[in-house]
Amino acid sequence: MTRLPLRTGACLLAMIVAGAGAAAAQVTLVRGNDTDPATLDHHLTSTVAESRILNDLYEGLVVQDARGEVVPGVAESWEISEDGLTYSFKLRDDAKWSNGDPVVAGDFVFALRRIVTPATAAVYANILYPILNAEAVASGQMTPEELGVEAVDDHTLQITLNAPTPYFLELLTHQSSLPLHPATVEAEGANFTRPGVMVTNGAYKLVSFVPNDRIVMEKNEHFHGAQDIAVDRVEWVPFEDRSACLRRFEAQEVQICTDVPAEQMSYMRQNLGEKLRIAPYLGTYYLPVKGADGSPLKDKRVRQAISLVLDRDFIAEQVWQETMLSGYSIVPPGISNYVETPPSLDYAEEDLLDREDRAKALLEEAGVAEGSLTVQLSYNSSENHRNTMTAIADMLKNIGINATLNEMEGTNYFNYLKEGGAFDIVRAGWIGDYSDPQNFLFLFEGGVPFNYPRWENADYDALMDRAAQTQDLDARAQIMAEAETILLDEVPAIPLLTYSSRALVSDRVQGYEDNLPDVHQTRWLSLSQ
Amino acid sequence: MLRYTLRRLASAVPTVFIIVTLTFFMIRLAPGGPFDLERPLDPLIMENLKRAYNLDGSLWSQYLTYMGNLLRGDLGPSFTKRDFSVNDLFASGLPVSMLLGGLAISLAVLIGTVLGAIAALRQNSWLDYTIVGLATFGITTPNFVVAPLLSLFFGVILRWLPAGGWSASDPAYWVLPVVTLALPQVAVIARLVRGATIEALRSNHVRTARAYGLPARTVVVKHALRAAMLPAVSYLGPTAAGLLTGSVVVETIFGLPGIGRYFVQGALGRDYTLVMGTVVVIALFILLFNLIVDLLYTLLDPRVRYD
Repeated sequence: MTRLPLRTGACLLAMIVAGAGAAAAQVTLVRGNDTDPATLDHHLTSTVAESRILNDLYEGLVVQDARGEVVPGVAESWEISEDGLTYSFKLRDDAKWSNGDPVVAGDFVFALRRIVTPATAAVYANILYPILNAEAVASGQMTPEELGVEAVDDHTLQITLNAPTPYFLELLTHQSSLPLHPATVEAEGANFTRPGVMVTNGAYKLVSFVPNDRIVMEKNEHFHGAQDIAVDRVEWVPFEDRSACLRRFEAQEVQICTDVPAEQMSYMRQNLGEKLRIAPYLGTYYLPVKGADGSPLKDKRVRQAISLVLDRDFIAEQVWQETMLSGYSIVPPGISNYVETPPSLDYAEEDLLDREDRAKALLEEAGVAEGSLTVQLSYNSSENHRNTMTAIADMLKNIGINATLNEMEGTNYFNYLKEGGAFDIVRAGWIGDYSDPQNFLFLFEGGVPFNYPRWENADYDALMDRAAQTQDLDARAQIMAEAETILLDEVPAIPLLTYSSRALVSDRVQGYEDNLPDVHQTRWLSLSQ
Repeated sequence: MLRYTLRRLASAVPTVFIIVTLTFFMIRLAPGGPFDLERPLDPLIMENLKRAYNLDGSLWSQYLTYMGNLLRGDLGPSFTKRDFSVNDLFASGLPVSMLLGGLAISLAVLIGTVLGAIAALRQNSWLDYTIVGLATFGITTPNFVVAPLLSLFFGVILRWLPAGGWSASDPAYWVLPVVTLALPQVAVIARLVRGATIEALRSNHVRTARAYGLPARTVVVKHALRAAMLPAVSYLGPTAAGLLTGSVVVETIFGLPGIGRYFVQGALGRDYTLVMGTVVVIALFILLFNLIVDLLYTLLDPRVRYD
């Protein structure tokens, strides 16, 4: 018993000495993340926090570079057939798994078949439905072997689609399309993600994963670009408390925070200068409007009036402390594959008092007398959502609409929306899975469960169908713009804010570029001393 | 004594059983499930998920399965931290929480008792007022205020200690969390000990000891303080159980991988098995520490007998 401290002391000393020796040679980057991944089995993941980890561990056919643009990954080149239905990927010869095995086309076939297999219970299997037979396999009507994915030889992968999908390459950057090491998955089953067992083909390999502490990765020496990887070791630390990340960033213990505490924006603006990064992000914060049958909310003029009177600048600046930007369209600005000047509500610059007059006129036209309409504003528990809705209630009062607030706990709330619950006006947010307008506009197609207001418009659905059939990207963009114009006229969902990416990036970090999809894989970064 | 201990341990079994059963059904009453996210899932996928996690059977059969596994010491898979079983999570988190909680409680007892005794012996002096004042301040200042301030001051401004994070091998990472956890307990214990010591100093047995002419030191330490520890000990039972099972606030602010956060993360994410596991662990700790308190009574107070 008495000898124990001595021995521990000696051990500690040895560890410190060894640690110091290793530290001199190693570049370690400590990155904050919003939360821990639910799992490292990418077929079971769905969140952005998870994609950050997985994109460091795996490399897909295509990857996003430092600017967020699609560049070759495991596939060094690809050919798309005339009809836009067949993609033929040529895989690089030097792609290797972290155990030295070559990455072959069969590894992608294995992974893609696995994600659509019903028994996998993958939450994001539907993102791959553009692939031939994917939906039928996922619903158990076909076998996984019938999926439109084929290894022609070890270095040629052929993917066949149901219909031309102009955003297919964007879609392949999502974590759902990452490969798997079949031998490990088959041998280890659910344990294949354990440290020491997991085999990955990305720039990094897993060293350890302690929940609520950190995920540690080290450079995968078998990675084809290993000689260009500047960061030897990455530690991903989950921060549910954004202020904690800020403190550790200021103490120089963390070099990148993926989010910031909104309530300390003014402090960070004053003290962190260039280290505070705020950039537009691929997400929309909007207000679905439903109303009971016969409610004035079913009249588009009433919805237009409500949209008119919302002071988005006030909400973005005062409630969200500029961590959100004012939003006047459902499709966020700057998206790929869209028209030059996308449709948007035309009153961004108009004086608020004039807008109120227009709104009152619309209400009068719709026969809604002042004070006769009371709407319920529902939201999921969060201080910012509550403040947003309180501000909106206040703004609605200016045109004689009364509003009551209804706060619901998160899990309950989304369940309620999904199951077609009755509501007047709610809040919802949507972050794009890939940079394409379709990923936002499909939210309002008939029969889609995300269509919370259960809005149905035949013209809109027809346009979206046509866009899906159109291969020419410019013509397709035009059609989708027409669809969004209908959406913004009918306003079944009122655009309110556009998400922004917020980050703290140490001036020691090089190669970190702000981009719309907000992806910053560690392989593109380096760290100066 | 041994029979008493065994009887208490045996009576803990039905208590735990009732707690587990109640919790099992209560958490199922909460609307929503572990797979309801901001983005609704495809109904088909939801079905597959429920099947994969045995959530598709009747509630009753799920309960029987859970109890069966529990008896074998298997707390089940976690729904929200899916690479881990609940057993894994406790195996990695409980040592962290117990280390920090154990250090905090020791520190609190040591400092609290000394301060309380000094205040009692120098009753109504400036020293007494200072200690009572500080103790009141300590009790009324919540740890979600203390923790960020300590982190900011010692971590960011002075850079003496890490502002957050965890290392099992480097005690520098333990200091701020332990101090944060200990501060309010120091205050409570100091007040309890002070009050009880003042009372004990006036009690008959202490007066008798003095009358015998025993040295003042023996009178205070052996007779007065020993009796004065009783209220503090009964307070420490449940408090120690609470501290050893982690604190949500302190773990979140300092980024510690203990088990305190699992309860809240589990409840909010409808991670049924994780919530159940936390309840079982906390219940066991509380039962154990109440037993320890009762046994300590016999050591401190010769009047208490359990035979």
